[in-house]
Amino acid sequence: MALMHDHLMQGGQMLLLLLLAPLLTGWVRTLKAQLLRRRGPSLLQPYRDLLKLLRKEVVLADSASWLFRVAPYLIFAAIWVAAALVPTFASSLPFSWSADLIAIVALLGTARFFLALAGLDVGTSFGGIGASREMMIASLAEPAMLMLVFTLSLLAGTTELSAVARFMLTADVGLRVSLALALLALIMVAIAENARIPVDNPATHLELTMVHEAMVLEYSGRHLALIELAASLKLLLYLSLLGCIFVPWGMTTAGEEATAYLLGVAAYLAKLGLGGLLLALFETSIAKMRVFRVDQFLSAALMLGLLGALLLFVSRSL
Amino acid sequence: MHAQSLQAILDAGQPVAAHRPWPRFVVTPDIWNTLIEGLADSAWTLLGLWGELGLVHLAVHEEGSGMLGVASLPCPAGCFPSVGRRHPPAQRLERTIADLVGLQPVDAPDIRPWLDHGRWPVRYPLGAATAPTTTMPPYRFLAVEGESLHQIPVGPVHAGIIEPGHFRFTANGEAVARLEQRLGYVHKGIESLLNGATLERAARLVGRVSGDSTVAYALAFARAAEAATETEVPARAHWLRALMAELERLANHCGDIGAICNDAAFALMLAHCAVLREQILRASAAGFGHRLLMDRVVPGGVAADLSVEGVSVLQSLVAEIRRQFPALVTLYDNTASLQDRTAKTGFVKPTLIRQFGCGGYVGRAGGRAFDARRTLGYPPYDVLKFEIPLRTDSDVNGRVWLRICEVEQSLSLIEQILQKLPSGPVRVALKTPGQPCESLALVEGFRGDILLWLRLNGDGTVARCHPRDPSWFQWPLLEAAIEGNIVADFPLCNKSFNGSYSGHDL
Repeated sequence: MALMHDHLMQGGQMLLLLLLAPLLTGWVRTLKAQLLRRRGPSLLQPYRDLLKLLRKEVVLADSASWLFRVAPYLIFAAIWVAAALVPTFASSLPFSWSADLIAIVALLGTARFFLALAGLDVGTSFGGIGASREMMIASLAEPAMLMLVFTLSLLAGTTELSAVARFMLTADVGLRVSLALALLALIMVAIAENARIPVDNPATHLELTMVHEAMVLEYSGRHLALIELAASLKLLLYLSLLGCIFVPWGMTTAGEEATAYLLGVAAYLAKLGLGGLLLALFETSIAKMRVFRVDQFLSAALMLGLLGALLLFVSRSL
Repeated sequence: MHAQSLQAILDAGQPVAAHRPWPRFVVTPDIWNTLIEGLADSAWTLLGLWGELGLVHLAVHEEGSGMLGVASLPCPAGCFPSVGRRHPPAQRLERTIADLVGLQPVDAPDIRPWLDHGRWPVRYPLGAATAPTTTMPPYRFLAVEGESLHQIPVGPVHAGIIEPGHFRFTANGEAVARLEQRLGYVHKGIESLLNGATLERAARLVGRVSGDSTVAYALAFARAAEAATETEVPARAHWLRALMAELERLANHCGDIGAICNDAAFALMLAHCAVLREQILRASAAGFGHRLLMDRVVPGGVAADLSVEGVSVLQSLVAEIRRQFPALVTLYDNTASLQDRTAKTGFVKPTLIRQFGCGGYVGRAGGRAFDARRTLGYPPYDVLKFEIPLRTDSDVNGRVWLRICEVEQSLSLIEQILQKLPSGPVRVALKTPGQPCESLALVEGFRGDILLWLRLNGDGTVARCHPRDPSWFQWPLLEAAIEGNIVADFPLCNKSFNGSYSGHDL
């Protein structure tokens, strides 16, 4: 009975993520439009876009190999699983033991690897440009991510996310410099990983400035739908990650009442809403940086992560 | 400085009767070559180079004396001494003459076709107009050699809704080694359409050469037609034309300042500037009955008079922009992330700007103080007070700032015009010339100086009309501006130039 209940919870969370992801994208877009004094599309527009793409025929380039066709499924699966590993409203789910930060980084790395390969596969110049820029970003974003994982694991004594979240809920965490540095680093990595301004512009039509969009320029139909959904899931993943590590309040722990779960979901939704608002505000107030400034931006994230970890070697109370 | 003045050189040729207001001379190859040497020595500036059956025309401007003249060289053998051989700005114009008229430049450094991509049903449409017999070989882009260079073809179909043009980048990673443009995708055959057209139809056609500059083009055509027929336009018409020209400049500058910032993903500026532009368009519609003021300037005057209500609408528009615009300038100036993108990006050497006689904001941001409104002082600008903003930084930021300053000047001009607007009729009938006559007009559009050469038949129909867009001398400089920049900065450079594809491809 308990086992079934747990699996239901886990399945429920996975479905919830899938359903929520386009809504989050729509929420950020609507907020950005309203900050520009535009009316903006409906919150449901991303769902309609996905449905439209799913119904459309797939147009394949003559030069596309099997890899190009398989990649969207692999990317989507990897990111969905990674997103499902992040505790959202409950910190104890059956997959918790596998909800390892390093596993999540690895899954995201896999998705990125296939996306870059797919960008190169069709042989257009834009795919190549996008893939090379993406790899430049990844070469700095991934170490930065790992550095902040080390910082957290030094503090919590584990890389398992639900344990980290439970640790963060305890009173003896307090205010720590290392955590502040890790938070900053994670935000910077999240911006770069999700192709947001100032690193990339998800709304641009200028093919020469694209990173993520350049790699997926050749995709259409259901392939594009999967990639778009994966991108939405990734944004959701990073916001959930920020919520679960740095603002875990409201999250239910094992063996609580049904009302506690409802409260957990409500708290989670509130966190997402706030995260989306902050993202929209930030993106509206800043211009995109030069491509060659991205490495400085991410080097700063890497240094912050490194500094956080080093501080903990100096003193566990920092 | 060249030994002889332009006047002295041209005087050696045969003056053509009834070419107004500046003279045209039929010249010998010797004089032609002397003119080319003068161009190469920067003694005068190239204004235009165009052809017709058996004749090439060269329009030049001598800055010191203000002399403006056209030299025409008969080409009985179907060829003429190349201007581009000594003066690179003429190269694309020569290639166009070869495409459209079939006259070949002798010893030209570049003989590839330019506008003709081999897809027209006719060859030499302005010359022999024969059916194409052979298929054109594939276009050869200039070779770039070196290690780890790769090519990035961009366009003519772009990811956004913009005009078509092909850009061939040769890059080393992100750094651009060379950019080569290929234009001509929106060639509409306007010059062929103009041949034999009535003045009324011709005015409408010229007003559609480049939609964003429709007032400036219509003004150039009207001034040329009036000069050819020696028609005096009522004073009120001159003032209303200037009013429309400034409204057009204002709308385009406001829109483009936002669009440049949007290319750096700073959508906030675009949103606010688009609101400003929309207000200007609505006020234009209220005042003159058309948002873009298309077909409002006609030969003989203007097609729509401004009512008293129209004056007050425009006055409140100026007040509204004066209220909103400074905040946007502050926003632009205080957003460090934006300045980081625009400053030092897309630098154009001032020597190149002078050599190409590049006008408009591109030229004035690089220190070339040419503005047809001031240099030629056509009415009513001769009695209006305004400054020609000038900068020397010549980068994207400089071009944005120059346009910000021009917005302020245009606002002041509109205010002055509304205050001093003379009363009276706004349109007169054009005189019928009776015999063939010719004229040249040069007016300042928002993008730069537009040259228009016109020859009328005795019955008042157009025998030949050649409009030259300012973009002809700006597009080549964009190729130079991107050198040493990175590929991802090209859209920003391109938008800061905002060359016209339509006006160039004609």
